Amino acid sequence: MLTIRLVEEKVAVIYHTDAVKSPVHLSIGQEAPSVAVCAALEKNDMVIGTYRGHALYLAREGDLDAMVAELYGKSEGCGRGKAGSMHLGDKSIGMPHTSAIVATGMPNAIGVAFAQKFKKENAITACFIGDGAVDEGAVSESMNFAGLKKLPLLIIVENNQFAIHSPISTRMPRPNFVERAAAFNVAGASVMDNDLDSMLSTSQAAIDHVRSGQGPFLLEIATYRWKEHVGPGDDWALGYRTKEDASPWFENDPLKLCGERIAADRRLALESKVKEQITRAFDRAEKGTFPDPAEMWDNVYA
Amino acid sequence: MPETRQLSYGEAIYEATLQEMERDPSVFVYGLGVDDPKGHYGTTKDFHERFGPDRCFDTPLSEDTMTGLGVGAALMGMRPIHVHQRMDFLLLCMNQLINMAAKYHYVSAGQWSVPMVVRASIGRSWGQGPQHSQALQSMFAHVPGLKVVAPTTPYDAKGCFIEAIRDNNPVIFIEHRLLYANKGHVPEESYTVPFGKARVLKEGDDVTLVATTHMVVEALRAREQLKTIGIDAEVIDLVSLSPIDTETVSKSVNKTDALVVVDNGWENCGISAEVIAKVAELNPTNFPKFARMGFAPVTCPTTKVLENEFYPNSTSIAQKVNRLLNEDQGNSWNPVPMKATEIEAFKGPF
Repeated sequence: MLTIRLVEEKVAVIYHTDAVKSPVHLSIGQEAPSVAVCAALEKNDMVIGTYRGHALYLAREGDLDAMVAELYGKSEGCGRGKAGSMHLGDKSIGMPHTSAIVATGMPNAIGVAFAQKFKKENAITACFIGDGAVDEGAVSESMNFAGLKKLPLLIIVENNQFAIHSPISTRMPRPNFVERAAAFNVAGASVMDNDLDSMLSTSQAAIDHVRSGQGPFLLEIATYRWKEHVGPGDDWALGYRTKEDASPWFENDPLKLCGERIAADRRLALESKVKEQITRAFDRAEKGTFPDPAEMWDNVYA
Repeated sequence: MPETRQLSYGEAIYEATLQEMERDPSVFVYGLGVDDPKGHYGTTKDFHERFGPDRCFDTPLSEDTMTGLGVGAALMGMRPIHVHQRMDFLLLCMNQLINMAAKYHYVSAGQWSVPMVVRASIGRSWGQGPQHSQALQSMFAHVPGLKVVAPTTPYDAKGCFIEAIRDNNPVIFIEHRLLYANKGHVPEESYTVPFGKARVLKEGDDVTLVATTHMVVEALRAREQLKTIGIDAEVIDLVSLSPIDTETVSKSVNKTDALVVVDNGWENCGISAEVIAKVAELNPTNFPKFARMGFAPVTCPTTKVLENEFYPNSTSIAQKVNRLLNEDQGNSWNPVPMKATEIEAFKGPF
């Protein structure tokens, strides 16, 4: 969680230099859901994420150097520069490169879960979506199929209350995700208190449910995006939400509260180690090599 | 090889699928109605009994999400075959096909691939009208990462289908309803027909007549009509629409010095334009006479008299060729119409 926060803060700091040259959707403030769920997953499980994917990639222990290099468009990146921030992924951590079209990973998640069940792997698929994705037909259709076939699928709805700037109240007459899931025989639970321990215990219970063959599960986790939808800045001036709205989320920041539970000297040591790794990753990315222009032609077809 | 073993186009697709499902346990077939008694013209008729409901299953009416299901399963190394009863329904799947299936391999620099086949039937016949008869091949051929094939003969149907299943990319496999009953030689053993190769069906010296899917049948009939006035047409079935085999077409054009392309689709931004442009690029200084044909640039009407105007037929193709070759006298020729049994015999209600 600390790594995610500090990496993204570093991205925000260097963004003005235009080293990244591509949109970034920062997860600052909403790191905890990815961290909690990934802590409870097994190595052979699969994860499907979104364009706001830095947190999931790092929580899944994706290679930090390869992520930063990817943001810099370098050939050491996890997509050799063809992916960028919006399409992080890595086969070695069971994470297909993510999509920048809302909800489009969800149908792929049911396909991955279908294959896991078909092959009788003792593995599950964790699919991360936001509350905006729930507006999309693909999410309802996917839950329908997952419930029908009792697929080993965990759906995590990171509910940050906004689709870009549009609040849920302008998008849904009855925004109850667990209730929607129930209509498709998908079990569900919500964690609304922004508490890491609650997220951890509920994630573990949800994953146990899915892994034991009882069918899919929808886990709603309330969270809050601190930064603007896309880019490194704050957006309080836009007026669609206020800093006062956000203050409970700042106060209950899972990272801050978690840090307070660690002895000060240990925390400082941890922070300096993480900062060192991050500094090294950004240094390496800067010194990395851009792909040869001829690489544009590679991987069009398999 | 004696060409005694005759199968229909539909039977060829059935046999190809059966042989691949037996060979490779990661192949599965799904889509609306694939396990019903009709089994999509018999092409999937008993797979659910032979291989069980995990490898041949009906789906909810969720075309886009069901496409995504195949994409996800393909990421995991399975080989899905998604069957659509009409090509028109693929418009509901564009997001998964173009934004997802066509992108995973490229964006991951080769880490993931999507070995998936999407079967789409062009539904022309017996008043299928505006939304059940469309031929949208050029939309898919436009997109890097997708392959598009449209075989016409039973032999190519089987070989291309096996090739499509084994290909590690998403392949749009275009069928035509009016071809299902057509018979032709199909070897019993498994074989593949490589993509990117056009097939010269009939040789000729006077004009190169390139056609796609059902228009190949019309072109072959047009060839017979042209023979009566001494024009010897070389008929090429394009088979593979992306990639296109420019070389075979170009070689033929170098011999005939005249090119007519008849696409089973609209002309604007279509396959016919693409073939002509590609030939031109190969022969920029020595360009042949050329013409193209396709559906009228209107919505396909339902009533027969208007539908007849909408599609090119062998007579209109033969007349077009004659006008191209004999500018002064081409307009007055009215060949004896040929019987189009596959069109006339087809009855609904499906």
